[in-house]
Amino acid sequence: MTSVSNPHASVLWNEGRAATIIAEHAGMPGATLPILHALQEEFGCVPEAAKPMIAAALNLSRAEVHGVVSFYHDFRSAPAGRHVLKLCRAEACQSMGCGRLHEGALDKLGIAMGETTADGQLTVEAIYCLGLCATAPSALIDGRPVGRLTPERLDGIVREAILS
Amino acid sequence: MTGTVRIFVPKDMAAIAVGADEVAGAIIGAAVKAGRDVKLVRNGSRGLFWLEPMIEVETAEGRVAYGPVAAEDIESLVASGLFDGDRSHRLCLGPTEDIAWLKSQTRLTFGRCGVVDPASLDDYRAHGGLEGLKRAIEIGPAEVIAEVTTSGLRGRGGAGFPTGIKWKTVADAKAEQKYIVCNADEGDSGTFADRMLMEGDPFCLIEGMAIAGIAVGATMGYVYCRSEYPHAIAATNEAIAVARRAGVIGASVLGSPHAFDMEVRVGAGAYVCGEETALLESLEGKRGMVRPKPPLPAHKGLFGKPTVINNLISLATVPVILARGGAFYRDFGMGRSRGTMPIQLAGNLKHGGLYETAFGITLGALVDEIGGGTASGRPVRAVQVGGPLGAYFPRALFDTPFDYEAFAARDGLVGHGGVVVFDDSVDMAHQARFAFEFCALESCGKCTPCRIGSTRGVEVIDRVIAGTAPTSNLTLVADLCETMKFGSLCALGGFTPYPVMSAIRHFPEDFDRPALPAAAE
Repeated sequence: MTSVSNPHASVLWNEGRAATIIAEHAGMPGATLPILHALQEEFGCVPEAAKPMIAAALNLSRAEVHGVVSFYHDFRSAPAGRHVLKLCRAEACQSMGCGRLHEGALDKLGIAMGETTADGQLTVEAIYCLGLCATAPSALIDGRPVGRLTPERLDGIVREAILS
Repeated sequence: MTGTVRIFVPKDMAAIAVGADEVAGAIIGAAVKAGRDVKLVRNGSRGLFWLEPMIEVETAEGRVAYGPVAAEDIESLVASGLFDGDRSHRLCLGPTEDIAWLKSQTRLTFGRCGVVDPASLDDYRAHGGLEGLKRAIEIGPAEVIAEVTTSGLRGRGGAGFPTGIKWKTVADAKAEQKYIVCNADEGDSGTFADRMLMEGDPFCLIEGMAIAGIAVGATMGYVYCRSEYPHAIAATNEAIAVARRAGVIGASVLGSPHAFDMEVRVGAGAYVCGEETALLESLEGKRGMVRPKPPLPAHKGLFGKPTVINNLISLATVPVILARGGAFYRDFGMGRSRGTMPIQLAGNLKHGGLYETAFGITLGALVDEIGGGTASGRPVRAVQVGGPLGAYFPRALFDTPFDYEAFAARDGLVGHGGVVVFDDSVDMAHQARFAFEFCALESCGKCTPCRIGSTRGVEVIDRVIAGTAPTSNLTLVADLCETMKFGSLCALGGFTPYPVMSAIRHFPEDFDRPALPAAAE
C-alpha cells in the first residue's frame, strides 16, 4: 500500500475508491482524461496501481494508459509537497523579469525548479502561461492565482501558504 | 437614498490575482458596518488590467469606476461616498463608459464582457443575448452559413481559415453524428481573450456553439479548455447548467426542433493540444499527437465524425454576426481581415489589457499609444506578436497593420492576437533559445523535424551564446529552421522558426558574442 502524505490527496490508496471513480466516468466518450483528473484529485497523483484498472475499464492496454499519463505534464506519478507553487516562465512573464524573480526564490528555498523542499512543505514547478499576461509576473499558489509579483510579495505568499 | 446599491467587483482570474476577492470581502464588511444594502455582482473584467481590481458602482447616471483598488482603500473610499458613486476619491476613474481606453474600442465580441453578471441568463438577455440564436432558428442552417460567410470571419486561433467555408464543409458531410468542438486551449503566452470571455460572458460562447450546431446539424459540443484556467471552467460549467435548465440548449434549443448539448473537457498541460488534431486526439482520451491531414476534421474529426473545430473567439463572435448581420461585421477591418480582433496587450506595458478593435490598427499605435509604452519606463526593443510561435518585431516594423496578410508578408503572424512587449533589457539570443526550448518541451514527438530539431536548436544556439564559431553556427540554425518550417507536421515545429529567425534577423547584435573562456577540464 502506497502511503500518501499530501493534504490535497488526504486519501491513502484505496482500490475500492479508485474503482468507483473509474466506474463513474468510464461511460463517457473519451473517458481517459476525465478519469485521470478525478484520480489525481483524489490521490494527489495517478497511482501506478490504478493504471491496469483504467486499462481494463476502457478496454485499453496498460501501455496505452501509461502512454497517456506520461504524455501530459499535469499528471504526477507521486504526490507533490504539501503546498504547490507554479511559477509562470512564459514570454509575457519573462518580459517582466520572471527569470531573476524565480532564481531568487529558488535560491532562498535551496531547491531547483521542479523539486520539493526537504521538509516536504513546498513543491515549485514551472508553468507556461496562466493567461495573466497583463499582470505579470504571475504564479499559482495551491491553485490560487497571484500576479504583479515582486521578490517581497512572492516571499510573503510562500510564507503565508506554508504557515496556513 | 438608502436603496440597494449594486457594486461590481470582477471575478476574472487576473483581477483575483491582484486582490479582487479581498476587495469584495472588504466591501461587504464596510457595507455591514455602514448599514447599507449592497448587492455585490462578480462580473468579468473590462480588460483594463493595469486598473484591476477595478470596481464599479451603479448610479442613476450610469456606472462609476474606481481602480486600481486594494482592500485597504475601501475604508477611505466608503468615507468619501463610494456607495453613492461619489467621484471625489483619488481612485475614481469617472463614468466607466467615458474611460478613453474603453471608449475608443469597437467591442463586438466582447460587448458584454465586464458589463453583465456572467452567471445571469436574464442579464445576458437584457444585453442583447440570444438574439443571434433566435435569428439562426428563424432563418435556418443554409442562411446561417451564408451570414457567417458574408461576415468574412476567419479563424481567430491564428490560422485565419474562413469560418463559413469550414461550416459549409461540415454541413455538406453526411453522418449520423456531427460535433462542434471549441478550442479553448489558449496556451500562447500573452493571450487571455478565451479566458476572459469564459469568465465574463460564458453564455455568449454557449450561444455561438448552439448556432454552429444548428448550422451544420451537430447535436453535441465540447469545449476543450486548458487546465490552467480553473475559473473559466467553473464559470462555463455554471452557465451551461443554467442554459440547459432554461431550455437554451438541450433536446429543443429555445423550443425549436434542433437539439444541442455541450460540456467542458479539461486538458492536462500539453501546449500542443491547442493544435486542432492533437486536441481531437486528447478529447478522445489519447496522447495529444498531431494527426496528418487529410482527412480534414471537417470530414473525419472527433471520434471519426464530421467536426467543426473553431477557436473560442470565432465561436463567440458568431452571435453578434447573426444578431446584426454578416454585412455589419464585414464592414469593419481591412483587406481580407474583416471585422474586429480582441487584441491582448501584455508583458512589459504600462496599459496592458484586452483591446478589441477593427483590423488595420498599426503595431506601433497598439504599443506606444494604446499600451502607453513599457511599464518599466525603458525603451521598447522587441514585440512578439502571436504567442511563442510568433515573430519578434523591432520598432522599424511598427508600421505593420494588424492584418493576417500584412503580418505574413513580414514573416510574422497575428496568431490569437497576443502582443508581448519587451524593453531594452531583453537578450534576443536568450529569446531565440527559449523558442527552441519550449518547442522541445512541448513537441508531441510525432515528426522528426520538431522532435529532434528543437533539441538540436537549443544546442546550436547555446554555442552561439558561448561565442563558439557564431557565423557557421548561425548558418546551421538557419538551415535547421528551414527543415523545421517545411518538414514539420503542424505549426509547433513549423512556426518555431519565426521567433528564432526574426530574433536573428532583426537583432543581429545580440548574436555577435565574444568567445567565452573555455572552462578548465
